[in-house]
Amino acid sequence: MTTTTEDMIDAAFPAPEATDVSAPYWRALDEGRLDFQRCGACGHAWLPPRGECPRCLARQAKWETASGRARLLSWVVYHHGYHPYFAARLPYNVAVVELAEGPRLISNIVEPAEKLRIDAALALVIQREAGFALPRFSLVNP
Amino acid sequence: MRGNVVIAGIGQTAFGKLPGRGTISLNIEACRNALADARIGKDAVDALLVKPPTSNPQFMYGQTLAEAIGLQPRVGGAWDQGGAANISLIAFAAMAIEHRQCEVALVCYADNPRTGSRHAYEKAWGDDAAFGWFGVPAGYAMLARRHMEEFGTTSDQLGAIAVAIRRHGAANPNAQLRKTLTLAQYRESPWVVDPLRRDDCCLVSDGAAAVVLMSAQRARSEGIDRAVPILGFGQGQTSWDVAQRADLTRTAAEISGATAFGMARLEPTDIDVAQIYDCFTITVLMTLEAYGFAPHGKGGPYCEGGRLEIGGELPINTAGGLLSETGMPGLQLVLEGVRQMRGEATLQVPKAKTCIVSNQGGIMHTHSTLILGERQ
Repeated sequence: MTTTTEDMIDAAFPAPEATDVSAPYWRALDEGRLDFQRCGACGHAWLPPRGECPRCLARQAKWETASGRARLLSWVVYHHGYHPYFAARLPYNVAVVELAEGPRLISNIVEPAEKLRIDAALALVIQREAGFALPRFSLVNP
Repeated sequence: MRGNVVIAGIGQTAFGKLPGRGTISLNIEACRNALADARIGKDAVDALLVKPPTSNPQFMYGQTLAEAIGLQPRVGGAWDQGGAANISLIAFAAMAIEHRQCEVALVCYADNPRTGSRHAYEKAWGDDAAFGWFGVPAGYAMLARRHMEEFGTTSDQLGAIAVAIRRHGAANPNAQLRKTLTLAQYRESPWVVDPLRRDDCCLVSDGAAAVVLMSAQRARSEGIDRAVPILGFGQGQTSWDVAQRADLTRTAAEISGATAFGMARLEPTDIDVAQIYDCFTITVLMTLEAYGFAPHGKGGPYCEGGRLEIGGELPINTAGGLLSETGMPGLQLVLEGVRQMRGEATLQVPKAKTCIVSNQGGIMHTHSTLILGERQ
């Protein structure tokens, strides 16, 4: 069996490590949904996954599926590869995104960085990276 | 307690590459120099407070250091708050002295990421590594982008901060990087994580620093004639990760500064010289806004036109800061504040009577402020 370059890159992908708390999040993405948590006691919504509501501290989190509508809060463009997997794709962007329902997450925008503006409207695009389903976003009006 | 506690001695090692030296060894050299500067013996010390090495956190580091220094202090230990820890430890020591928990405190820090491991500065941010989210510079770049897009802050305005600090560092014979920077050179500086360039980013350095604290009364009775009074301090812990903050361009440095100014009974217009934590240029800009030197969003224009350079309205980082003197997280800024208040700085600000010092850590997760007054 020969090892291809692609295999070597895949081997280096810094894969998410699902925990008891985050496993439902990654499973939902794998099934094509971006889910976030909402507190059964106070209604607060958040990401990343956690056991207790950071607003009222109740342990009554329920999973809810995001509409996919979102807003671009900020972004950066990497010109230095901190990790071999990503050094191969410089330059690339990383963004802070706010879902219409409130939760925030780190993500990538699929359009090139020159087209990005803060507060731009975004739509969810779930893409596969080294076999993992990742929530990325696309400009609604590119 | 304004002015009741003083910094009676300061000490440091060389900055830069110090191969073969562990952090305990570096801490001891800085403490030895600080005690000699205060002209006080080791046996007088009854508090030993240390910020653990950023690049190599260790359990019970404060106790390991105490054994190596041959002390069994009344008050002692390490405090994890990233780059804000040094000033927070100075504040804790001041409160402990004020309330007679101890009499003479050593606060110190050492690290060797230059010749040791710098992994801590380049690590991934948990599961977000899957998106390529790595490295401390990227976190600050994320804040900088929002500031630039929302307020029109320019790359040249960040460059003006680097130009000022590099000018000051070039004049410091102990600085790791003694090379001035022009705005034209800044513009040619390669991107690290856009919108931050190489020259927006601090150095990576080996080295140590230490300060000796005691009550103003004790300093007088010891005959210490260069004691610098602590007029105020405060903290504000933004704590949450960048993505979770309601407003990416505001931090709890506002609360930290307001607390320190309130205790010192001073306002920004009363400050003669500032030592502002400059891990990245954007940190300086946002801290000056948070402290009220410039209104929120107006930090860019404020930093232009030489205002931050020696001879300007608010000279900052007069020994070169993290961008030029040493990348050490924060205590060197306190040392330069003390030198300014003693009238002994290489780039002395004439008649300076007040100095504000900021320390902060993470991606502006933590913040601590110190205000120093003219020597007794």
